[in-house]
Amino acid sequence: MTQRTAGTGVRRPDVAMAGGRGGAPKGARPGRPRRRVSGRLRRGVLPYLLLLPALCFELLVHLAPMIVGAVMSLRELTLFFIRDWSGAPWVGLRNYQVAVDFDAPLGRALLQSFLVTVAFTVLAVGLSWLLGTVAAIFMQDRFRGRGTLRAIFLVPYALPVYAAVMTWAFMFQRDTGMVNDLLVDQLHLLDERPFWLIGGNSFWALLTVVVWRSWPFAFLILMAGLQAVPRELYEAAAIDGAGVWRQVRRITLPSLRPINQVLVLVLFLWTFNDFTTPFVLFGKSAPASADLISIHIYQSSFVTWDFGAGSAMSVLLLLFLLVVTAGYLVVTSRRRTADA
Amino acid sequence: MHTHPLSRLRRTWAATAALIALATASAACGGGTPTGGANDAPKTLTYWASNQGATLEFDKEVLTPELAKFEQQTGIKVKLEVVPWTDLLNRILAATTSGQGPDVLNIGNTWSASLQATGGLVQFDTKTMDAVGGKARFLPSALASAGAPGKDPTAVPLYSLAYGLYYNKKHFADAGIDKPPATWEELIEDGKKLTKGDRHGLAIEGASIPENSHHAFVFGQQYGADFFDAAGKPQFDTPQAVTAVKAYVDLMARDKIAAPGNAEYSANQSLKDFATGKASMLMWQSAATSLANLGMKPDEWGVVPVPLPAQPPPGGKKVTSLVAGINIAIFKSTRNRDGALKFVKFMTSDEEQKTLNKTYKSLPPVLPAQQDPAFSTPDQQTFKQILASSAAPLPMVPQESQFETLVGGALKDLFADAAAGRPITEERVKSKLTAAQQRMGQGG
Repeated sequence: MTQRTAGTGVRRPDVAMAGGRGGAPKGARPGRPRRRVSGRLRRGVLPYLLLLPALCFELLVHLAPMIVGAVMSLRELTLFFIRDWSGAPWVGLRNYQVAVDFDAPLGRALLQSFLVTVAFTVLAVGLSWLLGTVAAIFMQDRFRGRGTLRAIFLVPYALPVYAAVMTWAFMFQRDTGMVNDLLVDQLHLLDERPFWLIGGNSFWALLTVVVWRSWPFAFLILMAGLQAVPRELYEAAAIDGAGVWRQVRRITLPSLRPINQVLVLVLFLWTFNDFTTPFVLFGKSAPASADLISIHIYQSSFVTWDFGAGSAMSVLLLLFLLVVTAGYLVVTSRRRTADA
Repeated sequence: MHTHPLSRLRRTWAATAALIALATASAACGGGTPTGGANDAPKTLTYWASNQGATLEFDKEVLTPELAKFEQQTGIKVKLEVVPWTDLLNRILAATTSGQGPDVLNIGNTWSASLQATGGLVQFDTKTMDAVGGKARFLPSALASAGAPGKDPTAVPLYSLAYGLYYNKKHFADAGIDKPPATWEELIEDGKKLTKGDRHGLAIEGASIPENSHHAFVFGQQYGADFFDAAGKPQFDTPQAVTAVKAYVDLMARDKIAAPGNAEYSANQSLKDFATGKASMLMWQSAATSLANLGMKPDEWGVVPVPLPAQPPPGGKKVTSLVAGINIAIFKSTRNRDGALKFVKFMTSDEEQKTLNKTYKSLPPVLPAQQDPAFSTPDQQTFKQILASSAAPLPMVPQESQFETLVGGALKDLFADAAAGRPITEERVKSKLTAAQQRMGQGG
């Protein structure tokens, strides 16, 4: 999970608060005026002093690389200049112009990759959320073996990403993979062995792996959320003659709304930025139908050694995610206050 | 080259930014002699070796006694690190950015021009070259793969490799074929005879970016296509390049002598298919050790040069392989330039060249060392001949790595189409190559 928490900074809105609150010392005895002043000063400054180390680290870890990245995006930072990057010529917004010039090949490829990523993210988040919700609701009632099932459900989330995705890559192999063995040889659902790691099907292969990996997270969070819903509500509803479906719609989902708000946002950001899964599955050159934006940017900078262009694309991605996040929070919060 | 450790999976720009931050923190490099390098730490050297053996540990065991020999001769202690291929280029880039690198390092020879362009490596002008024994010691084709044409080499060759056509002797005998193919027409004919049931005539590593780009280059040379013009500008979609790439993909698409499943091979599965008898031919560079590891006995396979077209196409060259191999280079920010030169001289000495190339089953690019009888086995004779007469360096231009990625990727897509049964037409090949060229972008 390390690479999920490191990174753009958009993902960890909680870090800024991690320093905790200074908290005024209670029960300070009122003394003479001079002491009171210094005490008040101390009370005013101390929280900030305590916050300072966290703030410094936050700046260093999150903001500094972002700013450096933004500066890089304004330069022609190709392999000719990586040895002395201060010598790289300033090109103003040219890297951005190239990236968003959708009539030209580079911009068109970026747009294509962006659209694939949007479609992919919507599907992946939707499916993960749906699976997580259904599983959480079914696991709500006590029954024998519930603990075991819960643990099994969480396995994909607990496995190391790299190893898990490698295993999927093996299973998706056309001639020797388990997926085709099951679909073609065992169940006879298909006549021809399809390819999963090249060509159009790679989109569905990637979707499968990502949903497999992220639905347990949705399940975990929603399961925790459901603990907070009072059982009396269901009992009352049952007495009033509400069926299961009605209970889910009228009690469960509304109670989970604040949790869903955060969950969907977090899943969206993770999926949109996911690099490890497509990289392990497809390598440096992903098939066009599964060319997620993070891989695309990697290719545009590390593989072609054009770090200026890669940075410009990254900054654009960052801006897009910021706008979406802000818009999402405004819309969902407003609806919540309107509902309340 | 096919798997990628977690360490590389960082956010693109965050990692880049970190590299750059390192660079600003250590701006105190440079200076020294005109061609680069200072001499204020004469007693130690750091050496990054590339992974040549089966494991990193194996390489350490091979190199440690040699380094001890060097210390005995010169009193210079060499700190060794064997860097896996998946990390090597990124490590070099990071070291170039920060100026905090090794003194001496191995590089894949196809990177020579790109790394030369970064200005991070010591240039081997005549005087520097003389310090390691002089130009004449090295195989000309190998030396041509050590820097951009018309410039001083940026490294010297250390191990040489070449592509050859491996064939399964028993399969050939069983099918009544008395000699390995010398032309593509013969290869296709033989391939069709050999393709039966689960067995195919040829194994292809169809999703491997480096393999695809290497074959595209060799086919290109044979059909008169240069992927870069004389000025170093990319020209991926010339009619010759289209014909060449189509000829390669057609081995699967039209002639069907390679299994469709090959289109997703990128982890050396084709090597395994050849070793286990699922395929009868394979184009590979110095595969002896790998084949033996996979259980094949040396007398079961033969190796000959990769075929040529029966009728030489106009402008076509007699090229059957790229000059593959490893070069050894000196980092400009070294603090022991003289020691580094001594070490390069030591590593390219006749004695060391024989020992190391014997162990790694490669060929010495150092001419006197090639005379050793160990390099006169039938396999090695073939490769010696290929390197001497029909091997050409990959384009020595700064954008070489982009060429590999983009053209290699285009071929991967074409193989995917071929495997799915879509027809591979000239228009289709051209549009793929045009798209690849357009993505070369502005930078270099």
